[in-house]
Amino acid sequence: MTVETQTGDKSQDALPEDILISAIAEMLEGLGHVAIGASSPIPMAAALLANARTGGRPQVSVLGSQDHNFFTDGAKELFDCAGQGRIDAFFLGGAQIDGQANINLVSIGDPDRPKARFPGSFGSAHMYYVVPRVILFRLEHTPRTLVERVDYISAPGLSEPGVFRPGGPYALITDRCLFHFDKGQGRFRLVSVHPGHTVEEIREQTGFAYEEPDHVPETAVPDRETVALLQGPIADQLAKLYPDFATRVYGR
Amino acid sequence: MTVFEKNVAALAARIPDGAKIALPPDYSYCANALVRALVRRRAKGLHLVGVPAFGYQGDLLIGAGCVDTVETAAVTMGEYGLAPRFTAAVKAGELRLLDATCPAIHAGLQAAERGAPFSVMRGLIGSDILARRPDWRVIDNPFAAQQGIEGRDPVVAIPALKPDVTVFHAPKADRFGNVFIGVRRECMVMAHAASQAVITVERIVDGNLLDDVETAAGTIPSLYITALAEVARGAWPQALPGNQGYAADAVHLRDYARQAKSAEGFQAYLDAHVLEPLAEPALS
Repeated sequence: MTVETQTGDKSQDALPEDILISAIAEMLEGLGHVAIGASSPIPMAAALLANARTGGRPQVSVLGSQDHNFFTDGAKELFDCAGQGRIDAFFLGGAQIDGQANINLVSIGDPDRPKARFPGSFGSAHMYYVVPRVILFRLEHTPRTLVERVDYISAPGLSEPGVFRPGGPYALITDRCLFHFDKGQGRFRLVSVHPGHTVEEIREQTGFAYEEPDHVPETAVPDRETVALLQGPIADQLAKLYPDFATRVYGR
Repeated sequence: MTVFEKNVAALAARIPDGAKIALPPDYSYCANALVRALVRRRAKGLHLVGVPAFGYQGDLLIGAGCVDTVETAAVTMGEYGLAPRFTAAVKAGELRLLDATCPAIHAGLQAAERGAPFSVMRGLIGSDILARRPDWRVIDNPFAAQQGIEGRDPVVAIPALKPDVTVFHAPKADRFGNVFIGVRRECMVMAHAASQAVITVERIVDGNLLDDVETAAGTIPSLYITALAEVARGAWPQALPGNQGYAADAVHLRDYARQAKSAEGFQAYLDAHVLEPLAEPALS
């Protein structure tokens, strides 16, 4: 139950966002096609980083982007493309995410008179079923967001036998740590803790039960070359679609 | 024959109270000048269909009391945050909500455009979206065995979704009523599926858009267009996406998202930007 620290090359200039982006990019390397939904600057940066580091793979499709959107058949094409198995990885979030990887993008409390209402489920109730590697992404890691049981299931983590389900949860990355999802066990496993955070803190701040190995490494800090890519050309590309994010994080 | 109206007020008069209206998403072609005209007309009881989601357009109509049903995969102002009047109305229990997921909206519209009773889709099974939509059905794939799929292979049947009116703002139309939408083909599906398309265009051009294959490929023929009006900057404050369009008025949208958090702030916004038509760049 110790955190092992990294010994290799790591950049002194890496921002917390760079560490997240780099950890996500590692999960995308080698894939053929990664799609990025709405309001997702960190996943977008990760996909562009994976693409830059592996010579043009994966192809990256970003909803709403002028430069990284290859769809010509309207709003439905992303879902049709995924339904055919032409998208290998996608990102979903959740106002709440529970220990069975159910996600809630709709409301807290009674959906008819909710205590809080969020935008809605978007394409999650399709994408989560058909995209093989869905990475859950949530920047508030607290017992309020990572809960034992979600109030509303926008899309379930697991399906009954007999339901067509080639896709599903692969990992959950937060501002504190990275979990992988074990579909056989139906639960998350702690994989690494971001620098500056501890396994004890993860235990306190997570509302669901998960597997914790004896030795949990620290999430790798990217090397100088990676950080230069992120803070240079990739930040420039982010600024076109996410000016607020690029200004806040990278001073663009 | 497409009717050419002089202005958005004449178009808004064609959209009756209680109409089921299809709206495009924020990254597509939003007819905000026409939406504001609907608010000025004091439209009531509208049923909004987000194709598959909407933001500012619908929030304005909801806040102004024009809406009783919302059928959509999401309502959000994107980078500017939650849609404030939608959020307040849901918390107060003031809306009939038909929460969906993006491809279910597309599936329903596609059934309508081909005149079929329903479409089927993967996903949804085990979600609360499906549990709260008694109008959708789980059926067995009748072709499972011949497709080599074991078991009953349940799929979700989505009934045809036929809006009364489709509303969007396209870059251009010709004098025959053909409307260019380029790659924003959800507008094509919306026009095919709805009983009527009542739209605005940035400009009306000479010639026939169907004469050149390059424009014809992204053009909705006038067959599907009920009425249109030329409204320069008709998408403002949202963007008209594409290399021939314009950017969103980010300052204005950010101010709206902040101001509309309170009922009073929203009313002040309506007074300043909607109810007084001369305040509109699109009409001046």
